[in-house]
Order: sequence, then structure tokens, then C-alpha cells
Amino acid sequence: MKRATGIALLLVAVSAQAEDNRRSGLQFMSPALQALQRDDAQNPAMLAVQDGEQLWSTAAGSSGKRCADCHGEAPRSMAGVAARYPAWDAAIGGALNLSGRINACRVRHQQANALPGEHADLLALAAYVGLQSRGQPLRPPDDPRLDPLRQQGQVLWSRRLGQLNLACLHCHDQRAGLRLGGATIPQGHATGYPAYRLEWQGLGSLQRRLRGCVTGVRAEPWAPDAPEWLALEAWLAQRAAGMAVETPAVRP
Amino acid sequence: MSGIALPRRRMLGLGAGTALGLALHCRPVAAVSAAPSLRTVELDWAGGRPITEGRVNFEIAALVENGNTVPILVKVDSPMTAADHVQEIVVFNEKNPQRDVVRCFLGPANGVAQVQTRIRLATSQQLVALARMSDGSRWSQHVDVLVTLAACIEP
Amino acid sequence: MADATPAPRARSLIHGLDALRRGQPGEVRVTLGHPMENGLRHDGYGNVVPRSIVTRFECRLDDQLVFAADLYTAVAANPYLAFWLKADGPGTLRFDWTGDWGFSHRETRQINPA
Repeated sequence: MKRATGIALLLVAVSAQAEDNRRSGLQFMSPALQALQRDDAQNPAMLAVQDGEQLWSTAAGSSGKRCADCHGEAPRSMAGVAARYPAWDAAIGGALNLSGRINACRVRHQQANALPGEHADLLALAAYVGLQSRGQPLRPPDDPRLDPLRQQGQVLWSRRLGQLNLACLHCHDQRAGLRLGGATIPQGHATGYPAYRLEWQGLGSLQRRLRGCVTGVRAEPWAPDAPEWLALEAWLAQRAAGMAVETPAVRP
Repeated sequence: MSGIALPRRRMLGLGAGTALGLALHCRPVAAVSAAPSLRTVELDWAGGRPITEGRVNFEIAALVENGNTVPILVKVDSPMTAADHVQEIVVFNEKNPQRDVVRCFLGPANGVAQVQTRIRLATSQQLVALARMSDGSRWSQHVDVLVTLAACIEP
Repeated sequence: MADATPAPRARSLIHGLDALRRGQPGEVRVTLGHPMENGLRHDGYGNVVPRSIVTRFECRLDDQLVFAADLYTAVAANPYLAFWLKADGPGTLRFDWTGDWGFSHRETRQINPA
């Protein structure tokens, strides 16, 4: 099973190079909604980015330190960073997504509390840091320690879930471009998170979006801190490797 | 936007005339809502003056992916001088719980009679953008919009 | 929704002021962070989430009203408004949003059209 998965990953990488049929969710949207994302003056997520910029220079925790004290100007120090997440964190001996990394910084270096996943401040910081990678290709780290997590993610991607008994790939690999209800099914590349989702009328994390899909097929979502979510994120990053970061994206 | 259906026996017992009866006399909003028709609201706004279809350009996608956030643009053909300008641009809808969407108040200081915003649409319906000129004339453009819903609606 | 309190932390984006040219109309675009709770949703317990929307926006140039809008529940969350403005010289622009539950937010900008 492991060998087959390894070969599958290799095939994905090879086929991606040969002929790239991957399309961002942006291209499945109407011109009016594409304009929402492309124009910073219209993108509602820029409110959160503005917050994130302020938070970057705001002291946090008992340390009284600001992100800027260690990292300086974000456009310089954070360029390309979001494109490399999820990444391995030696201190915890496991992988972290960008929000997890921000929380780790808060706890370890600012002596501040870790924020819940959908907390406005955490999303704002993740959106601000993510923005500094916008337009750059997603570069999942070439780190073998992440392989088991990615493989687990790919297995979950292919596993039937819920009362509707559908796997992610049934919609997003096999039927992307077709319609479900009135909506066009996108390929499901997570290139723009945190994203402003019209359905939420607000900014949300990739995990929130995945949770929406899992409940959408009438499956019991995994616990918020379950490893399944990060496994899927790691797999999705691999699947979208080379595609441009769009954070903060707008999605229907 | 949910309606609660009470057993018929209970509804009769409450009585249709009492305020309490009306409050609990629950049916889907569209059926019991007192919101007037689109035409009524247009005529009410125009205050008896005639409305002519024209001079108003109402831009909105004909097919909307998500009714939560629909960009719209309304532009009115006008020189926007002190003598001849648009004073009001309003948008009404046909099938939302409430007819009003937005009412904008303009003057010569705008220079261009164009407004943009993002609106919510509960369902496929007709919309109208209306303009009131400084000479008292009223103009309109009606559009029909198809609203689709996300297939996986979160609880 | 991350936050269910009636008075959200207000922040705004204002675009278009740098592009204003003396005596020429230019487009001003503003976004306000606000949930525009329409009063029709229910929480997990079946209770109606009370209405909380922005009801009025006003733009003043040197205390003179140049643009106003009455907003209703049909305006999407994080209300966005774009309108045109013709300024003949330097001045003070004031943007005021008011709404339910005593909500109010003001932004002031100095403009100096080229």
C-alpha cells in the first residue's frame, strides 16, 4: 500500500510537469467575482489583511514583543514563507500549517496564548503573512519527514466518507468542471487560504473549508485538533505544488 | 429564514385576530410576509410621477453563483451640473424579505452618477434601479437575475 | 461567524483618494468591516440572531454632504460602496457609518488633489 502510494505521488508529480491541467478555483468563478479577488480595493479580505498588518506591529503576550521585533518588515522577511507550509517543526517533532506556526511563535517567543483556529486575529495574521507570498508558486518542502503525513492525506482524499459515500476525488478530481446543483465543481486547490468565502461572508481557514466539505457529504467531522486535517492540508499543498499562491482569495 | 408549521388544531385555538395568534401563525416568510410587491414599491417611491424605462444602466451578473454577495453597478446618464443632475438612485428587489436594497443621494459634487455596492439575493428574481432627476423625472432599468446556491450549504 | 456581539470592531478600507485630480470626478471606494446581520438567521439553539446592520453612510467634503446612502438588510456583509467625487482643491473628507445598536464609525482624510 505504501509503495503504491509512493508511486502515485511520483506519478502526480510527473504528470504535473508533463501537462498541467490544474486550474485554480479563481478560474471557475464569474468575471465579477474574479474582479473581487484581483482588485485589492474590492477584496473584502483586505480588511483582515489590514488588521494583520497592525497586529504584526502590536506587542503580544507577557513578553511585550511584536512580530516586527524579530521579523522586521513582513514584505521582506515573510516573502515566500506561506508558500512553504505545512512544514516540519523540529520543536514539536511534527508538522505545522501557517496558523500553527504563528501560534507556536506566540507561545514560545511572545509568551502569549495560542489562538483558536478561526480567531479573527489569527486569521488576520495568516492572511497578512500569506499575502507576502501572493503570486509565488506553492513550494511544499522537500522534506521526507512530511511524507507520511502527505500519504495519509492522499489516502483520506481517496476515501469514501459520509452518508453520501463520496471521496474528495469523486468531485474534485473526476468531476471538476461539471455542475453540482447550480454550482460548478472546482478542482479544489487550496492556494488562497485564509480565504473570504461568500458563503461565510467572512474570512476562514482551509480547515474550516474542509470541515464544510466533510459535513457536506454528511460525514462526522474529525475533532478540531485531529491529525486528519493537517494530513489533508499537506496533501493538498503537494497536489497544488507550483500553482500560484492567491492568499487572500475570494471564493463562492 | 425558516418557518415553523404548527399543528392545525393549535393554530385555530390561538385565534387569527390576536397579536399572539399572528406572531405564532407561522408559515414560510414569503406566504405571510407583508412586504409589498415590487411594482407597488416603485410607484410609491415615484410619488405618482411617471417612471420611464431608460437612462439607467444597471449592471449585474445574469447568473449569480452565490446570492450572499452580488456586485452591482448603477450608472445614470446625466451631465451632473447644478441645473441638471441625478438626486437619487435606488434599488428595489422582487423576492427578498424586504423590497429595499439601497437608496443613494447624489448631487453635482459627484460629477458622475454612478454607484457600486454588493447585495444579497435570496432567490432568482427581478431587480430595478431607479433614478430621480433634478427636474423631477424618474427613470428605471429592470433586470432579471438567476441565483444559484452552493451545493454544500454548511449548517 | 467568529464573533456574535452586536457591536463589531469597526475597520475600513478607503481607496481612490490619491487618484483625485482637481476639478475632475474620481471614484472613491470604501469598505467597512461589519457583519450586516439581517435578523433572519437562527443560531444553533433556534434563537433568531438579532438584526444588526449599518443603516446610513455619509460622505462630507469640508462639512458639505456630497454623498449619502441608506443601507438595508439586502446589502452584503462588509458593505462596499463606490461613488464619484469632484474636489476643486484641498479639503477634509469625512466618512460616517451609523447603524443598529448605536453603531457608528468615522474616518477622516485630508485630500490634496493634484
